[in-house]
Amino acid sequence: MSQDPLPSANPGPTATRSAPASPAGASVARREGREKVTGTARYAAEHTPPGCAYAWPVPATICRGRVLAFDTRAALALPGACTVLTHENAPCLAPPDDPALELLQNDRVPHHGWYVALAVADTLEAARAVAAAVRVTYETETHDVRLTAGHPHLYTPESVNGGYPAISERGDFEGAFAAAPATLDATYAVPPLHNHPMEPHAATARWKDGHLTVHDSSQGATLVRDELAALFGLGKDEVTVVSEHVGGGFGCKGTPRPQAVLAAMAARYTGRPVKLALPRRQLAAVVGHRAPTLQRVRLGATHDGVLTALAHEVATHTSTVKEFVEQAAVPARVMYAAPHSRTGHRVVALDVPSPSWMRAPGEAPGMFALESAVDELAVLLDIDPIDLRVRNEPGTEPDSGRPFSSRHLVDCLQDGARRFGWLPRDPRPAVRRAGGLLVGTGVAAATYPVYLGGSDAEAHADADGGYRVRVNATDIGTGARTVLTQIAAAALGVPESRIRIEIGSSDLPDAPVAGGSAGTGSWGWAVHKACTALAGRLRDLDGPLPADGVTETADTRQENAEPSPYARHAFGAHFAEVRVDTVTGTVRVHRLLGVFAAGHILNPRTARSQFIGGMTMGLGMALTEGSTLDPAFGDFTPNDLAGYHVPVCADVPAIEAYWIDEDDPHLNPMGTKGIGEIGIVGTAAAIANAVRHATGVRLRDLPLTPDKLLPHLARLS
Amino acid sequence: MESSPQPAAAARTTAATAERSDMVLHVNGVPYPLTLDHRTTVLDALREHLDLTGAKKGCDHGQCGACTVLVDGRRANSCLLLAVAQNGRRITTVEGLAEGDRLHPLQEAFLDRDAFQCGYCTPGQLCSAVGLLAEAADGFPSSVTPDTAAPGAPVPLTADEIRERMSGNLCRCGAYPRIVDAVGDVRDGGIRTGQDVAS
Repeated sequence: MSQDPLPSANPGPTATRSAPASPAGASVARREGREKVTGTARYAAEHTPPGCAYAWPVPATICRGRVLAFDTRAALALPGACTVLTHENAPCLAPPDDPALELLQNDRVPHHGWYVALAVADTLEAARAVAAAVRVTYETETHDVRLTAGHPHLYTPESVNGGYPAISERGDFEGAFAAAPATLDATYAVPPLHNHPMEPHAATARWKDGHLTVHDSSQGATLVRDELAALFGLGKDEVTVVSEHVGGGFGCKGTPRPQAVLAAMAARYTGRPVKLALPRRQLAAVVGHRAPTLQRVRLGATHDGVLTALAHEVATHTSTVKEFVEQAAVPARVMYAAPHSRTGHRVVALDVPSPSWMRAPGEAPGMFALESAVDELAVLLDIDPIDLRVRNEPGTEPDSGRPFSSRHLVDCLQDGARRFGWLPRDPRPAVRRAGGLLVGTGVAAATYPVYLGGSDAEAHADADGGYRVRVNATDIGTGARTVLTQIAAAALGVPESRIRIEIGSSDLPDAPVAGGSAGTGSWGWAVHKACTALAGRLRDLDGPLPADGVTETADTRQENAEPSPYARHAFGAHFAEVRVDTVTGTVRVHRLLGVFAAGHILNPRTARSQFIGGMTMGLGMALTEGSTLDPAFGDFTPNDLAGYHVPVCADVPAIEAYWIDEDDPHLNPMGTKGIGEIGIVGTAAAIANAVRHATGVRLRDLPLTPDKLLPHLARLS
Repeated sequence: MESSPQPAAAARTTAATAERSDMVLHVNGVPYPLTLDHRTTVLDALREHLDLTGAKKGCDHGQCGACTVLVDGRRANSCLLLAVAQNGRRITTVEGLAEGDRLHPLQEAFLDRDAFQCGYCTPGQLCSAVGLLAEAADGFPSSVTPDTAAPGAPVPLTADEIRERMSGNLCRCGAYPRIVDAVGDVRDGGIRTGQDVAS
């Protein structure tokens, strides 16, 4: 199923430009690899201008209320102290688009960990000491951080994250469910989850001659520039934001975060460059988290497993600062051909930190519930879970009726089953052992939408035969630099070695964020368009290139303005084998295997790394990751990497990722769907389904820790 | 992009006081005389005073391993070491692994295996891997080393041994399988050990 969607547009105007094209689809090594392994790639906190001061935030220690007074005398008396910014002296900001950026502007405390002050000092050590010495007096109000399914303040929002309607209904779910020969009604819970990229959020800001320059750890410097310009009343040309190397994001650097705003405020106030790296333990409260979800799934089916009714109803929380609704019921509108369906979301605004994007928002928690429920139905009806899914494969997108641009879910399931060795499979639970451990296998499907955004890009041909491509893309570890170079090389018909790529600065052509698995499609389309235009110019050129070369720019907003008549989604199938210790209740993943159908894969080498990375995060979601809000204090109790357990090397055994290369003409010139998120989507359900197969115990609350499993295992050990 | 490496001597700008002390850190073979706040960690000394930003700050609490360096040839979390207590020690950072343009075999193996994505944990992973190869060669057992292993004898580095010994270095991008492959490649090819690169 391979294809070559990037025919060389042009061999070039002269013999020296007609080197054979390097077709996109090759396993090209990361362009910045050498910098990363030698430690010379600089991240946001690694730019220290002369005279740089250091900042350290002061988080609120109450959950709800307001600041009555600050006592900064002892703090400012410390050696090296410069200032303590509070709402009483901080620069005034214009009202932000994101209310979470209304920093040090008033006395309100909406949640524990909200920043109430910022210490600035000559050194890092002094800044930390100054922050610790600030005394804050609060007026506290009663708070509520507990999400419950029956919370009296749950309401139905207008829309959910991604702009989807909160509720969608087709047919008569209640009637069909009541009439169904076989039914399942189960509720699943996903706890708050933290992104925790390895690089904490950091910014270094300075003002010079009225121009603000910020090195920021961000997934999109264009958006950060626009927000800073608006907040400080500047023109966009008076702000530069650089995000050259970014140490992961997974959504929590997707929009501007407090560090960029605070560093810029402090630099303006002190007249010095200011560096602010957020301490790891403060991140959970201020950079967003995956909101917890309580998800009720009801399935009605015939005895041979054909779904007649499907409901997926989600309750979740947001903060009092802003409304963010994790769209966990949205994938149920895409997956299965049930004629009667109801999907809905309700949300309650609690005194909690503001939730935000975390890798596959909506799909990751939603598909844990839906794919666990499908597995439960398969057990109930004694049908192989792959067969059950195949029997409910829709011809068109169930909710919209739109045709799929491409959908190879069944191929993923069948190819994965063959590679994994799914069959023969004894469906009985708790009958297989290896070395005293119970063994089980599980499968789950995955899906993720195709998002695309308009972007600018510029392509330039030098007189000496080199090319330069400029676009403010961000490489957060995805390999964006590399794959954009491949796209440019294919469009220009030249080897990648002739192309210089510039990304990671807002002074480059505007581009959307690295998010929604949309980077390659969005930036790549603009790069492809600019390079194709440049190739055409060069082809038509009479004689040698002018001394200053030739430049073409492209803008793909028009191409992205109209919604597609097609339902466009990536699909995948996850397989897991687990081993369960019935004495300790410990679950270990023995192997994971994923097969994905995500359009054309441009760089197998970096794509495989992303799929495996997503699956690894899904393994954490299944087994080790779970945050809790302390009901008394209102903070996230596991707020660092000792308390919040992301997978370590020993947790991750054999992981394999494969794909079916799709030929889908309804996407973009490269034929890509995006791969950054789908790897996490089905992993947790596959593992939970494998645990059920191993033990006979169905756990519906993530993560599947020994304390939850062990009480059910006494009869097995 | 505008920041320039500061000369080593520039770090010694103020005299020793009750809060600051003179010290010499030998980093990647270069002696750096420093006068540092007693609260300054080795990690902050490297990053903020010597402009050696290869060692990363991921948690500042010894939980993530991004700051791993070699101290006298053994790996350590530099965020947990006060610089004043390391006077005279020989510290190797990721910047000291290559010999000129010739990369350390582990650096080559990480590139070859695509054993990283965002790159932020990578310097710590590399220093940790250098350390683990030396530890295994010197007979240090891990929790997965068989009880029957001869004390002090070199420990064969199975994939399980590598996974166990690399588990102090978190990677949120999920490059673990390829990190294990990369370390395995170097194990099979023979490399310089931590003691060698520390000198």
